[in-house]
Amino acid sequence: MRNVWIICKKELRSYFVSPIAYILLALFAVIFGFFFWNAVGVFIFMGMESQLRGEMFPMNVNEQVIRPLVSNASVIGLFLIPIITMRLFAEEKRTGTIELLATSPVHDAEIILGKWLASLLLYAGMLLLAALNFLWLFRYGNPDWKPLAVAYLGLLLQAGALLAIGVFISTLTRNQIIAGAVTFAICLLLWVLEWVSGYESATWAQVLSYLSVLTHFDSFGKGVLSSKDAVYYVSLIIAGLFLTARSMESLRWRA
Amino acid sequence: MITVQQLTKRYARNTAVDHISFEVEKGQIVGFLGPNGAGKTTTMRILTCFLPPSSGTAKVAGFDVLEEPLEVKRRIGYLPETPPLYLEMRTGEYLSFVGRLKGLSGNELRQRVDYVLDRCAIADVKDKVLGKLSKGYRQRVGLAQAIIHNPDVLILDEPTAGLDPKQINETRDLIKSLSGDHTIILSTHILPEVEQTCERVIIINRGKLVATDSVNNLQNRARGAGSVLVEVAARNGALDAAAVQRKFERIPGVTRVVCKDSDANFSTFEVEGKTDRTMRGDLARAVVEAGWDLNELRTAAVSLEEIFLQLTGAEAAAESGAVPAEAGAAAKA
Repeated sequence: MRNVWIICKKELRSYFVSPIAYILLALFAVIFGFFFWNAVGVFIFMGMESQLRGEMFPMNVNEQVIRPLVSNASVIGLFLIPIITMRLFAEEKRTGTIELLATSPVHDAEIILGKWLASLLLYAGMLLLAALNFLWLFRYGNPDWKPLAVAYLGLLLQAGALLAIGVFISTLTRNQIIAGAVTFAICLLLWVLEWVSGYESATWAQVLSYLSVLTHFDSFGKGVLSSKDAVYYVSLIIAGLFLTARSMESLRWRA
Repeated sequence: MITVQQLTKRYARNTAVDHISFEVEKGQIVGFLGPNGAGKTTTMRILTCFLPPSSGTAKVAGFDVLEEPLEVKRRIGYLPETPPLYLEMRTGEYLSFVGRLKGLSGNELRQRVDYVLDRCAIADVKDKVLGKLSKGYRQRVGLAQAIIHNPDVLILDEPTAGLDPKQINETRDLIKSLSGDHTIILSTHILPEVEQTCERVIIINRGKLVATDSVNNLQNRARGAGSVLVEVAARNGALDAAAVQRKFERIPGVTRVVCKDSDANFSTFEVEGKTDRTMRGDLARAVVEAGWDLNELRTAAVSLEEIFLQLTGAEAAAESGAVPAEAGAAAKA
């Protein structure tokens, strides 16, 4: 565990020494801030409208602001996750520092876990920025915090899964751009696979739809803690990290 | 300390290392010599557990690289051909990171960082970003990271490649000074480096071991088989080359005399035989007694270079064109 933490700290440090972390955090803050502003604006507008019509339409901050915003956050993540993971192994391979890691008395698993954990922590930092926005809702309104907490857990699990895939792809090449592009393509596919369920209900469509990360986010977004969906994300994380370990091993046999 | 037996590394299309066996004893400093692409780096990567061998065994301090890689890695400091530096880190920060990675912590870590900063003369760049350091400094930081955990064995892949002559000398001195505490294997295609820094040399070519011996033995072997060049001149009038040759041939120990160059008043002979002291003395005396002048008497230049070229063949010489020039420079020095 000590080695995992050593690697993780080193990765976090290089995220923050190079401007990558700041740029990612700033991009996320701006984009999410815009979504937040928009969502709150729509909410206020709808509130006034229903008042004018004299409807006692039940307005709900959790359902009408937080839930769509959490989905937005996961979409923004989709774009930023490849940028977070693309350098993790590709850069080490290009500069030759992978030789230092691979000849140090640490297990491959510790290196992989450390790197994955660092990427997850950076993503968690973004979610913290989003939380700053949500704080305003608590300041001026009275939303329920529990569904938000569950949604946050869902976001972390989903990101963990996509990051694990990104880490794996980063071991396949020494070119960061290739790693980033392929990761993005796979993340996007895992996203849209769900669409087939819209017009097709055959078994293959159900399988594709099951594989989609979107399908499994629904319950978390609603604030429902579903073990079935958690299992999906956790197994995706394990699969991604396992593939990374295999890939690192094969690097040694092929190199 | 290091035992390598029948080590082989095959890739899809070629064999990089072909049944190599050698041993390195504790505290020795061994030069791993061969032209580019001979398999030096591959062998070193196997010893450092970066690559697994296709067959054969390699043991460091009694631990097999395949069976107990962690134990091997703990005992090895490795400087790859390009120093594995994180260019965005500062020198001190980088060394602490590597130290932690190698299992140091707390007070011990701080002490070792200070020690290697001092030992490798990089204390003045402790707070500089590695990416801004010159090549010489980077190489020394690379050496510092290799020795930070005080390993039993140091494996250095072309530690002086790409440095300027002053830096090369500094690095060699540094390596020599480390040899007391560590067993060192260094690879190079530069011969004088081996002559200057190593006690033993392992020569490989095209993945095969061609020679392993002490540097002294190899040089002696070369000298023993070598020959002496004698330039004789006449004081007055013409010189009878044939007469000189006959005189030389009568000297005990001489096996062959060849007239290399002949002019009206001087001749150069290559004399082969047991080139020990008495034969040279006899040659000199013979010349002087006959009333000729002895202009020059020298051992026909033999250095590791010649053995190396003999052993690795002419193709290797063509590939590494820089070698003869550098070797020649060193021979003069």
